[in-house]
Amino acid sequence: MSFARAGLRTLRSLPPSQVYRSSVLIHQRRLISDEARKLIDNAVQSNPLVVFMKGTPEAPQCGFSRAVCQILDVQGVPREKIVSYNCLEDQELRSAIKEYSEWPTIPQVYVKGEFVGGCDIVLSMHQSGELENLLIKEGLAPPLPEEEPAPKA
Amino acid sequence: MSSPSSSSSRQATRIPGPVETSIQQKIIEAFEPVLLRVYNDSSKHAHHAAMRASGGGNGETHFAIHLVSPTFKGKTSIARHRMVNALLKDEFDNHGLHALSLRLKTPEEWEKEGGGEMR
Repeated sequence: MSFARAGLRTLRSLPPSQVYRSSVLIHQRRLISDEARKLIDNAVQSNPLVVFMKGTPEAPQCGFSRAVCQILDVQGVPREKIVSYNCLEDQELRSAIKEYSEWPTIPQVYVKGEFVGGCDIVLSMHQSGELENLLIKEGLAPPLPEEEPAPKA
Repeated sequence: MSSPSSSSSRQATRIPGPVETSIQQKIIEAFEPVLLRVYNDSSKHAHHAAMRASGGGNGETHFAIHLVSPTFKGKTSIARHRMVNALLKDEFDNHGLHALSLRLKTPEEWEKEGGGEMR
């Protein structure tokens, strides 16, 4: 009881933007189990490129998931470097991944443990050249052969 | 010859659903947009596995939003997406919103791209 009241007092003393975040975090602790969080942590940290998607790269079940896989393919990322999780086959993962990243939609792309974004962000990074730089830097895609080698700084 | 106003007149008579209306209202309040276009793409996705599982969705599951607002100045695209996602958390959690395709620009960026609309 007193814990709840203290929590309420804290919420009232915070600016609205913080209150939203606090309530999200409280909510999150309740929903995502430590076990699920550990499994996702482990998945994104032990694999350099992880895609949480609907379906598989070979048979995507959603246009946004398909787009992300096609972009990775266009970027020259070899299939064996993509570790993908099919969220349609695992309802717990499907909700846990949204809580984990505080991101409400699937697909979600992670590089070296960092959440990169969903379909829109991956697409705009693809168009701007940012994605190519990231993938090459992390050794996930080969540098373009016809390009001049980048000058060493 | 087809009338050049056919598509806009069709839009004018279309009645937006409750989710679309609340998306519009919340964004206008929170972002003071220079441009706001909300496109309901739900019918294009009604056959998807996830939508079939929930009975085809309620017709307000998939939206694309083109939003130009000075609020985005100095923010990364992840941060911009998070702002919109957070604003629409209730729609995601309780009103069947399933997918958002977001194009979020500052007025300066929008001008640089030529000031067009998403579609």
